Amino acid sequence: MTYYLRKLGFYVVALWAALTLNFFLPRWMPGDPVDLMIAKLAAKGPVSPEIRHSLELLLGTDSSRPIFLQYVDYLNNVAHGDLGVSVTYFPQTVSTTLADTLPWTIALMGIATIISFAIGILLGQLAGWKRGSWLDNLIPVTTMFQAVPYFWLALVLLYLLSSVAQIFPTGGGYDVNTVVPGFNLPFLRSAVYYGTLPALTIVLSSIAGWMLGMRNMMVSTLSEDYIVTAEAKGLTRRRIMTTYAARNAVLPSLAGFAITLGFVVSGSIITEQVFSYPGIGMTLMSAVQNSDYALMQGVFLVITISVLGANLLVDLLYAVIDPRTRARA
Amino acid sequence: MSDVLTVTDFSVDYLGEQTVHAVRNVDLTLGRGEILGLAGESGCGKTTLAYGINRLLKPPAVITSGKAVLHSREGTDIDLGSLTGEELRAFRWDRVSMVFQGAMNSLNPVISIRAQLEDIFSTHRPAMSKADRRTRCGELLERVGVDRNRLKSYPHELSGGMRQRVMIAMAMALEPQIMIMDEPTTALDVVVQREILLEITRLRDELGFAVLFITHDLPLLLEISDRIAVMRAGELVELAPAAQLYNSPQHAYTKLLLGSFPSLTGERAAG
Repeated sequence: MTYYLRKLGFYVVALWAALTLNFFLPRWMPGDPVDLMIAKLAAKGPVSPEIRHSLELLLGTDSSRPIFLQYVDYLNNVAHGDLGVSVTYFPQTVSTTLADTLPWTIALMGIATIISFAIGILLGQLAGWKRGSWLDNLIPVTTMFQAVPYFWLALVLLYLLSSVAQIFPTGGGYDVNTVVPGFNLPFLRSAVYYGTLPALTIVLSSIAGWMLGMRNMMVSTLSEDYIVTAEAKGLTRRRIMTTYAARNAVLPSLAGFAITLGFVVSGSIITEQVFSYPGIGMTLMSAVQNSDYALMQGVFLVITISVLGANLLVDLLYAVIDPRTRARA
Repeated sequence: MSDVLTVTDFSVDYLGEQTVHAVRNVDLTLGRGEILGLAGESGCGKTTLAYGINRLLKPPAVITSGKAVLHSREGTDIDLGSLTGEELRAFRWDRVSMVFQGAMNSLNPVISIRAQLEDIFSTHRPAMSKADRRTRCGELLERVGVDRNRLKSYPHELSGGMRQRVMIAMAMALEPQIMIMDEPTTALDVVVQREILLEITRLRDELGFAVLFITHDLPLLLEISDRIAVMRAGELVELAPAAQLYNSPQHAYTKLLLGSFPSLTGERAAG
């Protein structure tokens, strides 16, 4: 039990450190969001100093307060889920914007990453088990997909499958004309249909790493003494492959999977740009383009939490599947 | 004493640019309940012979001649070379079990001792109930002097000696007729080594299995084996009862082997 508490404690400290950096970094950067908004408003009419002050209050950049108090306010606000107001989507709050876009990204990137990992590990396991089979010839093909720049692969597939063959839609998260977002079957079906092509490109471009890594680990695991023991024990081929070989070979890949899961949120920027997908990557892009500090901070916070969360998850999972990492209290 | 294993004209080659004749025309019989020691220097083909008998060799190793026949308790003769696929799988461990050289690494690090012991029963004795399996695994561990509570441990939580005992417990699980022990005590210190050897001879007396004991440690064999076979460069150069081999070695190589171990009594070697 102390093991889990210690782990949890570590993650709380890491989160605090990330939040602190998240607070100070934008304040060290040049440019002021209030000036930017005032410039926008000034295009429409005169701006009084009162408006300026109220904007400062609204955006939480009240420069008259000492920075330490601002920091305390910030931590307090984050704890209450109040991340300020977005300039880009004014007057929507950052929390609402994130809540609208995050599920899209997590669903698309999360599912695609898991599928890629699962297929890659399975193929790698079989390729390592039966060395020299046709599966070995598949590896260079998948490596090629990983080697070409991702945006190029995505654009080519988009052109071929959406523009030429017209099997998939050219962009978006769902059919905005016919279905209503919510928990209903037509919407879900539409979302899956729109998400298939982006997911396919992600799987194609990332599967080689999993497959190659797993195959090579499998090959070196197969020369371990416990594999010969398992064979001499007269266990079935299937059992030797899964419980004895793959179970040990998958451990390094699983650590890699944790890191990848953490970057699900931040890694979606290009995908979402190419497919005009309404996720958090698009949001981050427009936040950067509009110097929307509050929104950027919000996105960075989400990225930080997702990296930490994914690592915590795999830490716990690792303890289950590799007994050697479990410290006995 | 009737025989349990007859090996005739057994040869194994390792194919390659230069083919290596690892085992050459070996003839060997193993009596029921006998401890037969197989001695020889490193690389002389001892392990290859053992793996060959149990059909565990992998390419580029090829069995080029000869056969190994097991005379089972039930009175049937089984030619190991004729077994393939499922038959061979079912035969292994049930009739011939093995304790390996690298006992430190012979256990799967990520599953518990219990899972690895139970594996044997769930594969070879599918009819056995879960409760029976549990009790049996506990009994096996206790028989080799390891506490029953250790079932839930993982290999990394056991000492080298304990892991080797677990391996021996595992090898006894199905009450095989032959146990092939490939340098089972090499990685252990002499005290633990001694304990384990006593354990093996005691269990042999209790259960009556035959042991093919492979080691480069001739004095150790002199102590525990009934007969000793000496191997050199893939050939069996001498096979004799332990006492006879010690007192009147026939082959020059046997004399050399015996002479290369320091004696505790008598004169100091020159040099």
